[in-house]
Amino acid sequence: MGFITIIAGKELRTYFASPMAYVVSAAFLAITGFFFVASVSDAFAEASIRGYLAGAVFFMIFMSPALTMRLLAEEQKLGTLELLLTSPLREFEIVVGKFLAAYAMTLIMIVLSLYFVIVLFVYGDPDVGPLLSGLLGLALYTMATLAVGLFASALSSNQIVGLVVGSGILTALTIIDFVSDRVSGTASEVLDAIQLGASFSVFDLDSFGVAEGGHFADFARGIISLTDVAYYFSITAVFLLLTVLVLEARRWR
Amino acid sequence: MIKIEHMSKSYGPYPAVIDVSFEVLKGEIVGFLGPNGAGKTTTMRVVTGFTPPTSGDVTVGGYNVVSHSLDARRHIGYLPETVPLYLDMTVSEYLTYMGSIRGMNKKWVKERLPKVIDMVRLGDYRNTLVGRLSKGYRQRTGIAQAILHAPDVLIMDEPTIGIDPIQVVETRELISELGQEHTMLLSSHILPEVSAICQRVLVINDGRIVADDKPDELSTKLQHAERIEVSVREVDPSAFISSMRDIPAVIDVRTDQRAAIQQRAAREGFVPFIVDARPDLEAAETIARTVVENGWGLSNLTPLPMTLEEIFLELTTEEDLGE
Repeated sequence: MGFITIIAGKELRTYFASPMAYVVSAAFLAITGFFFVASVSDAFAEASIRGYLAGAVFFMIFMSPALTMRLLAEEQKLGTLELLLTSPLREFEIVVGKFLAAYAMTLIMIVLSLYFVIVLFVYGDPDVGPLLSGLLGLALYTMATLAVGLFASALSSNQIVGLVVGSGILTALTIIDFVSDRVSGTASEVLDAIQLGASFSVFDLDSFGVAEGGHFADFARGIISLTDVAYYFSITAVFLLLTVLVLEARRWR
Repeated sequence: MIKIEHMSKSYGPYPAVIDVSFEVLKGEIVGFLGPNGAGKTTTMRVVTGFTPPTSGDVTVGGYNVVSHSLDARRHIGYLPETVPLYLDMTVSEYLTYMGSIRGMNKKWVKERLPKVIDMVRLGDYRNTLVGRLSKGYRQRTGIAQAILHAPDVLIMDEPTIGIDPIQVVETRELISELGQEHTMLLSSHILPEVSAICQRVLVINDGRIVADDKPDELSTKLQHAERIEVSVREVDPSAFISSMRDIPAVIDVRTDQRAAIQQRAAREGFVPFIVDARPDLEAAETIARTVVENGWGLSNLTPLPMTLEEIFLELTTEEDLGE
């Protein structure tokens, strides 16, 4: 645990010392703010954070890789990865430390956006259940997207490659629902099972959708299902493991 | 401290290091010499545990770098060729972080840090961002991180590459000082550097060790010819050359064409020659006698030691002929 905390602490400090974290946080607040306002400003709008959640999960497809793209790509570019890998550290300690730093950063960003909730309580009477389950879902969802982003960052020394590949994987896992709608049977079930949860229907400002039947839908509705929780943990574990393998493979090249 | 037995390393089908064996004893400073691409960096990366060997065994401080990698790595301070630095940290922040990922506790690092900063003479820059440092100071920061955790073994890959001549001299002095306390393996393609710092030289070419000796013994051993600088006054060059060729020990004789010598010769009125002679035949004595007997004025007679550059060329070209 010692080395993990040291690495996480260093990366978190670096976030606050560089513009990237501020830019991403500002964008996150602006975008989720827009969706929140759009969803609650109708005449008969419900007092919920559904619009906020739909906007947040959709745009994390691009923001997570933006937050993680530096983490491993820059170590490779500066050559400092050689130092890390010749220090008495294990690969997973490096990967988990960096992941935790990005996750802490994201949670801080989400906490900053919680004034929406205060606004709801001041002007309305929101249902607490879906609100809490939705935030829990968002926390689990971002965990998975950051793991994918970190994996993409390990692939090359170029941060932009990390951003594009990370967003690419996340977009692919998102638009799977278009495909699953057009096939049937087992194929459709499998595709639905790996769909990430966000949906392009977020741009339909009447519904503010997340993927129907996807892993985020229940969280948004106020249901915490073990399948969904397990799904996000699995995606996180698989991509962190892949990241460790990429670093190990680097040694054997 | 470092023991390499029949180590080979290939990148895909390309062999980078082929069947290399050598040992570095405790307290030794060993220079690793070779042209670019000879396999120096690869060997060092294997020793530091960055990349495993394709075959063979490598141990550091008694720990195998593959099976007991973490233990082996604890004994090593490493300065890679491109100095790895976080540009957005200050010198002290960077060094503290490097200490902590080497498993040093905070208090220990705090006590050790000022000593190390003094040792590499970075005192005025301890709170400067690493990104603002000049190349020479970055190099010192790199050396500081390598010695921070007081490792038994120091491995430095081309520590003086790319810095200005004055800083090169300072860095070499620093390395020599460090050599008094550490076992050191140092790579370079600059030959005088290695002969100035190291007690032993390993010459590597095309992935193979082609020589392993003390710097001065390397030159004696490999001296197939003795080279003698002879300056003579009041002489007809062709007469001198023909009389030299009559001496059995002499292999070749020619006028010295180096511009600096030529200028001095014109000014001071002598003719400079270079004589290549067989060693162990007292060629210098015979040459001196011949000059005197001919009534010429002998103004200089100096045996020239072979430079490491020449040795190096000789070793690597011999290798080529052997194949």
